[in-house]
Amino acid sequence: MRVNLQWLKEWINFEFDSDELANKLTIGGLEVGSIEQIHLEAKGIVVAKIIETQPHPDADRLVICQVSTGKHDHTVVCGAPNARKGLMTAYAPSGSVFPDGRKIEATKIRNILSDGMLCSSYDLNLTDDNKGLIELESDAPIGSSFDKFLGLDDVVLDLELTPNRGDCFSILGVAREVAALTNKNLNSYAFNSVKAKSTEKLSVKLSAEDSCPRFVGRVIKGVSNKLFTPSWITERLRRVGLRKINPIVDITNYVMLELGQPLHSYDYDNLSGSINVRYGKKSETLSLLGDSVIKLDSDVLVIADDAGPVGLAGIMGGSSTAVETSTVNIFLEAAFFTPSSIIGRARKYALHTDASHRFERGVDPEGQIRAIERATELIIDIVGGEAGPTTVYENAQYLPEAPSVVLRRSKLESILGMTVEPEVVESIMCRLGMSLEKKEDSWVVTPPSFRFDINIEEDLIEEVARIIGYDTLPVISEKCTQKLGISTEKKLSEYHVINRLVERGYSEVISYGFVEKQLEKSINPDSELVSIINPLSSELSVMRSSLWPGLLGVARRNLSRQQSRIRIFEMGSVFCMKSNKISEKQSLAGLALGPIYSEHWDFDDKDVDYFDIKSDVESLFDLTNLDCEIEFLSAEHPALAKGKTARILKENKPIGWIGELHPSFQQNLELKSAVIMFSLDITSLLLHKVSVYQQYSKYPSVRRDLALVLHEDIKGTEVVSCIKKAGGELLKEIKIFDLYRGKGIESSEKSLAVGLILQHTSRTLNDTDIDKIIGAVTRRLKDDLGAAIRK
Amino acid sequence: MSSVTQLLKQAQDEIVAADNQASLDKVRVKYLGKKGSLTSYLKELGSLPSDKRAEAGKAINDAKNSLMSEIKLRQSELQADSIASKLLLDKLDVSLPGRGQKPGRVHPITRTLQRITDIFTSAGFETRIGPEIEDDYYNFTALNIPENHPARAMHDTFYLESGELLRTHTSPVQIRAMQNEGAPIRLIAPGRVYRCDSDLTHTPMFTQIEGLAVGADISFANLKAVLYEFVSNFFEREIELRFRPAYFPFTEPSAEVDIRAESGEWLEILGCGMVHPNVLRNVDIDSEKFRGYAFGMGVDRLAMLRYGVDDLRLFFENDLPFLAQFS
Repeated sequence: MRVNLQWLKEWINFEFDSDELANKLTIGGLEVGSIEQIHLEAKGIVVAKIIETQPHPDADRLVICQVSTGKHDHTVVCGAPNARKGLMTAYAPSGSVFPDGRKIEATKIRNILSDGMLCSSYDLNLTDDNKGLIELESDAPIGSSFDKFLGLDDVVLDLELTPNRGDCFSILGVAREVAALTNKNLNSYAFNSVKAKSTEKLSVKLSAEDSCPRFVGRVIKGVSNKLFTPSWITERLRRVGLRKINPIVDITNYVMLELGQPLHSYDYDNLSGSINVRYGKKSETLSLLGDSVIKLDSDVLVIADDAGPVGLAGIMGGSSTAVETSTVNIFLEAAFFTPSSIIGRARKYALHTDASHRFERGVDPEGQIRAIERATELIIDIVGGEAGPTTVYENAQYLPEAPSVVLRRSKLESILGMTVEPEVVESIMCRLGMSLEKKEDSWVVTPPSFRFDINIEEDLIEEVARIIGYDTLPVISEKCTQKLGISTEKKLSEYHVINRLVERGYSEVISYGFVEKQLEKSINPDSELVSIINPLSSELSVMRSSLWPGLLGVARRNLSRQQSRIRIFEMGSVFCMKSNKISEKQSLAGLALGPIYSEHWDFDDKDVDYFDIKSDVESLFDLTNLDCEIEFLSAEHPALAKGKTARILKENKPIGWIGELHPSFQQNLELKSAVIMFSLDITSLLLHKVSVYQQYSKYPSVRRDLALVLHEDIKGTEVVSCIKKAGGELLKEIKIFDLYRGKGIESSEKSLAVGLILQHTSRTLNDTDIDKIIGAVTRRLKDDLGAAIRK
Repeated sequence: MSSVTQLLKQAQDEIVAADNQASLDKVRVKYLGKKGSLTSYLKELGSLPSDKRAEAGKAINDAKNSLMSEIKLRQSELQADSIASKLLLDKLDVSLPGRGQKPGRVHPITRTLQRITDIFTSAGFETRIGPEIEDDYYNFTALNIPENHPARAMHDTFYLESGELLRTHTSPVQIRAMQNEGAPIRLIAPGRVYRCDSDLTHTPMFTQIEGLAVGADISFANLKAVLYEFVSNFFEREIELRFRPAYFPFTEPSAEVDIRAESGEWLEILGCGMVHPNVLRNVDIDSEKFRGYAFGMGVDRLAMLRYGVDDLRLFFENDLPFLAQFS
């Protein structure tokens, strides 16, 4: 809502400047988003009259105008189509300056000396209308300064009104608010009722009286809508962002901005029969202003005549009855439509209008007659005509009833945490136009008809707080009997996990929860998509089932910005749909590519591989201190390279993946080096086993190394568990310290070197003990896995 | 016995002259070995008259002891020299960078969220989380935002084909917590939220943290106190705050809170208010017995203010040089 201060000051007197006013409104709850100074950027422009025109001898489209500024006449060559004798307009004499800094000088135009320029609204940077010269009323003061004449020394405040304050969508509404906030009175205003000069009226039937409980209409005949809307009106409209259309439409807009009541004018001659306010029908269509045609429905309130709908109630009028400059007889409408009958409809048809905006939030149900009278007065003043009687159709039973709200002093004080004197409460209510009935320790408050947002006690408490000023309310710490905090050790927080990865060189990234459909599909082909109906773009159209698309996106972006070594991770929600049910879980995923370590003077710059990242994943499980078995099983994943991929299992339950990005993905995403990725269900990491001390041996341990020759397919974990089984309790640790393929070993075989650490709890081991264990281990390896000892 | 003194003097010179272990050994053997010169003096003691023997013996022994300790001293000197020269050879350029994995970075939003969480947790607010995909009831209706309410337009909501929606705030977490735990309750609800909006100051996903305290004696004055304290703790300095009336369907009275930037302008940082009685009613809490305050803030915005980041989108571009700055 844009508020023009010159206009506002007609309604309320105040001395403070615009910044102070803006501050008062903002801290009073009407947030001022911006303060715009309105002035004429051009310098030296004057009001002038074209007293004579003659065609330019050398150019068809130019005319030579004799322009009077009162004292002097000037010859000006002009190409505007509306340059005509008698036109009052804006004249830029030699020496004046345009908004773009251009200095106006006398110049020859096709051999005729033009002394200055006549201006369009566009030239002066007032509007984007460059179709012709500015047209001013015939009684504009010739020779006076153009900016003085238009009052171009104004301020416009842009209020960011909250949806509950529909009552402030007018100059009157804002003036009321300024009055309440500053404890002033509105300037007295009286509307003259315009006496009917004819008996002409139009019959209105309220079929949907619960949606339109009041409809005020008036016929005005014999208007000259070809006439000119005075500058004071068009200029005010311009400052708040409305274009001028024709006098009657401009006036109805003006009255809406001033009083908050939307009005509509119909071409009376194009209405057939009587008016009916009713709901639409499925079969009906309506052609709107601007010639779009919409299909109606039974939940849309319309204004209809005998031939069918002529307007969308409270939103927009139809084209067939629109008021044009040629219109002679009009029917004026000022109705009260209930918010619930308008809400959502404008949105449904994408027709958000000034009228629908106000009706949705609630207009004053008592404001219709006032608006009709004000509009009639202006119309007759400006375009003439004979008004018929103001006719009111209503069913008062459906008009909103002002609620009686009880305000208890005790409740007020307990919520605000302070004592408020009854006189203060009463004075505030009075300033806000509330009527109140005093009871013992409470009041029964009835809000004024324009306040739709006062329904419960808390609403009144906010009003009291607002007028007192939130900043003057007390600040009191809670008296709390607080329990001691908990430092959990059995549960890990996500920050433990984050910190572990950060220590290991990963940086955390955050990407959007939605991803591109194709990438999502290719990473997770079997899952149903969780699609967004109204995505911002096709790249953000489905919810991710994995964090990998985000990580890959970040990796690509960084690679294209000369980052050749990337270690990143993300923690976030992932979504999947199974049989139409969406499930959501917290996931952790990481990605690494490029050298293991950042370039160093004493390191090889070897690129990361599976085992580097596996160790990072293992370090995460190390956080949990759990005894349970974590397995890395060879597996296949659509996004990962076959043979370099493992499913991660915890106690036989799959909890994640690790592997190298599939070469085809790598190619498609234009990633040059191998990419290793992992993902884990975060809940698998958040339980921690609290350590329990166990006695450990202080006797010396012995190490025996075995070089095994095994079939290629036998996995390291099988070897380890086989040795464990045979080794017994004296076997403390097994280290796999070498893997060899090649010379001396059959091609279907490999050699694995393992170190066995043996230790007794209560004595030093002797050779007999050791030989016995090693013997058992080698036998078991041979029997179970066919492993030979390499000599 | 001047010959012993002379011998001692000679040996001492040779000890000092010995510049390595081998030559020192030679000196030791020469004087103290089985056939060493001092040893031979000892052997000759027997040929001395008995009254002179004791005196001569003492002189020889003194000389021997003195030589032994001097050899030992020289030996440790030589050892130290040899270590020192070896170290000199192995000298490091200690200015070169260390070896190994360099730590990564926690995302500044996570870092900010963690700080905010810590501040409130220390005051007894427990963390609650909830799903990002919500239904209409929890995201709107339960929060006193009925269908077609103009306030719904304030939340540019993403809808899913399934009929559900992406939560536009973490308030649904408050509803679920109050349903499950009743009153009194003190919680914070951090999480990602979504709105279909994208420009310099809006991203379609952002991070929010909300707080809620419901109790028998909670007042607006308490809300002001907790937020004053929070803001000064978060920014680690005293900061001027401004509370101004606002509108949220789920609180009444409602306020927006601005902080005074160093430039003097007011910057909005959070919204808050007293929990609307309809919201309490929706979760079966008696609004005559209990009152509550609630607040909600954009973590991303606080991170911007804290670290001077001027473009919200940087947080989601995840450029490594950007992330590297937040140590």
